[in-house]
Amino acid sequence: MATLRTLQRPAPQRPRLTTPEVEVSVCLGTGGVAAGSREVLRAFEEGLSQSGVYAVVKPRDEECSCRSASVVGTGCKGLCAMDPLVEIVTRRDGTSTSVTYGLVTPAMAGEIIRRHILGGEIIQEWVVRTDQHETEHDSFYQRQEKLALRHVGIINPEDIDDYLEADGYQALYKVLSEMSPAEVREEIKRSGLRGRGGAGFPTGQKWEFAARYPSPDGVKYFICNGDEGDPGAFMDCSVLEGDPHAVLEGMAIGAYAIGASHGYLYIRAEYPLALRRIKIALKAAEERGFIGDNILGSDFSFHVKVKEGAGAFVCGEETALMQSIEGDRGMPRLRPPYPAESGLWKRPTNINNVETLALVPWIILNGADAFAARGYERSKGTKVFALAGKVKRTGLAEVPMGMTLREVIFEIGGGIKKDKKFKAVQLGGPSGGCLPESLLDLPIDYETINQTGAIVGSGGMIVIDEDNCIVDTARYFLSFTQSESCGKCPPCRIGTKRMLDLLTKICEGKGTLDDLDFLERIAQQVKIGSLCGLGATAPNPVLTALKYFRQEFEEHVVQKKCQAGICTALVTYWIDPEKCTGCRACARVCPVGAITGERKEVHVIDKELCIKCGACYEKCRFDAVRRS
Amino acid sequence: MTAEKNVALEGCESLLEDSTVNPELKQQFLDLLERYRGEPGAVIPLLQGAQAIFGYLPPWVMKQVAEVANEPLSKVLGVATFYAQFRLQPRARHTIRCCHGTACHVSGAARISEELEKFLGIAPGENTKDMLFTIEEVHCVGACGMAPVVMIDDRAYGKLTPEKAVEVVKAFRAEVEGEEGR
Repeated sequence: MATLRTLQRPAPQRPRLTTPEVEVSVCLGTGGVAAGSREVLRAFEEGLSQSGVYAVVKPRDEECSCRSASVVGTGCKGLCAMDPLVEIVTRRDGTSTSVTYGLVTPAMAGEIIRRHILGGEIIQEWVVRTDQHETEHDSFYQRQEKLALRHVGIINPEDIDDYLEADGYQALYKVLSEMSPAEVREEIKRSGLRGRGGAGFPTGQKWEFAARYPSPDGVKYFICNGDEGDPGAFMDCSVLEGDPHAVLEGMAIGAYAIGASHGYLYIRAEYPLALRRIKIALKAAEERGFIGDNILGSDFSFHVKVKEGAGAFVCGEETALMQSIEGDRGMPRLRPPYPAESGLWKRPTNINNVETLALVPWIILNGADAFAARGYERSKGTKVFALAGKVKRTGLAEVPMGMTLREVIFEIGGGIKKDKKFKAVQLGGPSGGCLPESLLDLPIDYETINQTGAIVGSGGMIVIDEDNCIVDTARYFLSFTQSESCGKCPPCRIGTKRMLDLLTKICEGKGTLDDLDFLERIAQQVKIGSLCGLGATAPNPVLTALKYFRQEFEEHVVQKKCQAGICTALVTYWIDPEKCTGCRACARVCPVGAITGERKEVHVIDKELCIKCGACYEKCRFDAVRRS
Repeated sequence: MTAEKNVALEGCESLLEDSTVNPELKQQFLDLLERYRGEPGAVIPLLQGAQAIFGYLPPWVMKQVAEVANEPLSKVLGVATFYAQFRLQPRARHTIRCCHGTACHVSGAARISEELEKFLGIAPGENTKDMLFTIEEVHCVGACGMAPVVMIDDRAYGKLTPEKAVEVVKAFRAEVEGEEGR
């Protein structure tokens, strides 16, 4: 037991002066903003101040004895499919009511103010969630357990006092005042926390290595990897946007545990909002003495710099990321030596992912046992998944490890859009694999998923349906990894190019059965021969697609057919004369004028002119436009 | 080493004196150089800063960056061509980024790009004649729940169809033209 030190306990500097009768909080995550939530937020501010009933106040800055309301922006509220999401909390006669509305527009904001806030009526048809009764979306929330996302969508990420009020920096205080670095490492080891970036390496063990290696000048680095490059994943983005201080606190705790004095937060440039919020958070944390010299009055100092990525997927690989921080081309190098021994500027360095670090303060405050009590076999705790693609409820869900894929997709995700047929789920993005319906009852656990050829990965979960072509999806991932290959090692540089060529050939209807074998063979070689994780995992989408959907590949090469109608070279559109009513709807949408026919007479598609865009197919209400 | 750098920097000083370079931007650039002088690993932030000022990286800017970062020009050029963010050609005032992340791809991103390119009459990486828009394809902007997504500058627009995407660009154009007309 380390000696007890007397430090300053973190507390909000600006306590709430007013408890508003009405609190409106609007999702201002990237998804929310894309859906127009900024306009909605403004509509609430204006509408409430013009109501003549409420004074719109900032509760920490203004005292108000009259009836007051506050309007704040938060991070991602989870159910992105219903964005913009707006939660209204009203406190009247000692009871509080919470109602979350979805798909809110500025016009609806006016209506919500009039009927709900002023009139006391819950507008049922817009409700997504409420504490008053059950709703159809409750299944999205019921089985989630929010640890990494504990504050996301609740607090204002741009106000450090919001974080402090919600137990912010208490874990750092606990660590600095009553734990030795070794005890912190032991606690994290005991929790069973594994890296949430994809590889699933035990975090405590990683910290142990970094702590053990001596530095020539005493300097060690602690890096947070926020280069979430997996296309289709936005977990880290949401954590950085919604709870930036939790990541900073996790970094400071980790730095203390390994003896690092300097840290870097590497965030990709494609996340401008996350960058903005983390910079605001860092400045506030420095001003309050949570980051910097003699943190909380202790003898521990830790300085953090934000590094903006410049657009290179390979920089998610730890050695490439360090090259990039050093100002070089982000190219990976051979390991060993591992970063724990010789990393950034040849000093012992530890790198953790955003979600991993956001979990650290929770584990310190709630104990390793509480974390380890959740999960499955060797995969403890919870994992955040970004549900996207053809699933009804796209969004962010944090579930205990061990939940089955089917539960996540069909219970939380609500099943497939338009009730189409499920085809596959892609886990782990371009490094992962696609799994078919028959494997949906597998528990989400690092070891179990690895056995299928896919990976749990960083948490991207893209659902594809019968309208998506598996060959095209594999080609999509290969074109991604091929263009992002840094070019340093030949297996990845040449291999991914050859694989992409073959997949393109198959999509164009020029493939042969031999090509499938050839593709599989190169894929195996790239997997074994590549220098870093990018190349070693790039074949996974192709290998799993071949393993579970070989029939669809064979249809492309033998029958020259693409059932989903995606590979345009293999598709023809024609009009069924029996069903065509001559309504001209298809002819109007055809961008190239390939459809002719008089009104009320059967129409015809000119196959020479047709560019196979499918616009007519989607437009026809009589199923007369056919695809084969 | 020193001799090599002198060659690389030849003509640079005169460009800094060049009256065609906007003096305000030039001052911003000089301030940026000073801010990072002597800092390790400064090449990327310097290039990012310079690109934020000039919109792209002209050769003389890269030469200045090389000098301040104390690196050979070849390395600076190597970095500038490695990362997707950097451009060696001028770009238009606003950038339309069509997201081609997985969620957007399976939700029809290709047709949105196609339609916007047709509407603007340019290919990815090109600028419109009036220098209002540059269009590019990017991998994932992190708004997968709203797929398919297009970003104009830092603002994201979600759940698009090809038609809606064109409407968004039209509305954006009308808005900026209105602002600039005032």
